[in-house]
Amino acid sequence: MARLNVNPTRMELSKLKKKLVSAQRGHKLLKDKRDELMRQFMLLIKENRQLRSEVEAAVSEADSYMAVAGSVMQREVLETALMLPKQEVELEVGEKNVMSVYIPVFSPKYRTSDPGDIYSYGTAFTSADLDGAVSALSAIFPKMIRLAEVEKACQLMADEIEKTRRRVNALEHIMIPDYQETIRFITMKLSENERSTTTSLMKVKDMVLKQNHDFK
Amino acid sequence: MSDTNYKTAVIGDTASVSGFAALGLSVFCETDGTKISKLINRLAANDFAVIYITEPAAALAADTIKNYRSSRLPSIVLIPAVKGNTGDGMRALHEAVEKAVGSDILN
Repeated sequence: MARLNVNPTRMELSKLKKKLVSAQRGHKLLKDKRDELMRQFMLLIKENRQLRSEVEAAVSEADSYMAVAGSVMQREVLETALMLPKQEVELEVGEKNVMSVYIPVFSPKYRTSDPGDIYSYGTAFTSADLDGAVSALSAIFPKMIRLAEVEKACQLMADEIEKTRRRVNALEHIMIPDYQETIRFITMKLSENERSTTTSLMKVKDMVLKQNHDFK
Repeated sequence: MSDTNYKTAVIGDTASVSGFAALGLSVFCETDGTKISKLINRLAANDFAVIYITEPAAALAADTIKNYRSSRLPSIVLIPAVKGNTGDGMRALHEAVEKAVGSDILN
């Protein structure tokens, strides 16, 4: 532990004592913040993991439908079929404050009110596999939005937890011990000064008495 | 928050992303690394809140995606491409856990 480079005076001592108190208080608060963030983070991670595996499975399924559709239809026909979508999604972005981490909340707004109204093409010239792909994607889309939300929240919270953890560690292992060590040093120095003053006073008293009264 | 309506984009190779066009998402077919990076920067500056990107495309623009990790928007989400799941999306999750906890406790 490194002692802080300060003068051993009473003023510094009282300053340091105040600093120590606020450092200990800050340490306790940050530790609580870290623990709560961690708890929330673990919940989010669990949800994130589940959502991701669901979304990945659904997208892969849609992709395999799409691959079949692509092989039985001409590319131009496929592109034309998907060229003018009926559905349109806009996102409203709000925010939620979780232990002073601002995480975005997405609420999708669809242009057509009927969620089944997604096929932007007639069924005459397109393969049924295309319908399969589109419906699979459409079914998983709400979860994909939630995944985007949760994944962002996880990233932001991971950053914040890392920062908080570093702060807690810095306070716990560096700042607080330094303050304590310096306080101890100043206290010792001050009492040492006091003792030396007392002894020199005694010595002076002895000398004065000896001189004046030949006192032994 | 303002009343701006945000948009959603999908980036990747044609076969993987064209299905999303039916859902009304903005679809961008791009397979070149620098173009993808530029595209992400442009989308981020233009009210796109969520960007889905296929894993192979994301691997080409990993640095750009990393830059947006700690900003509030956009949220960049990896999805599997037609060629199959590379596991990059899950790996990003594990990285987040490792960053927060100090070790990967999911395994």
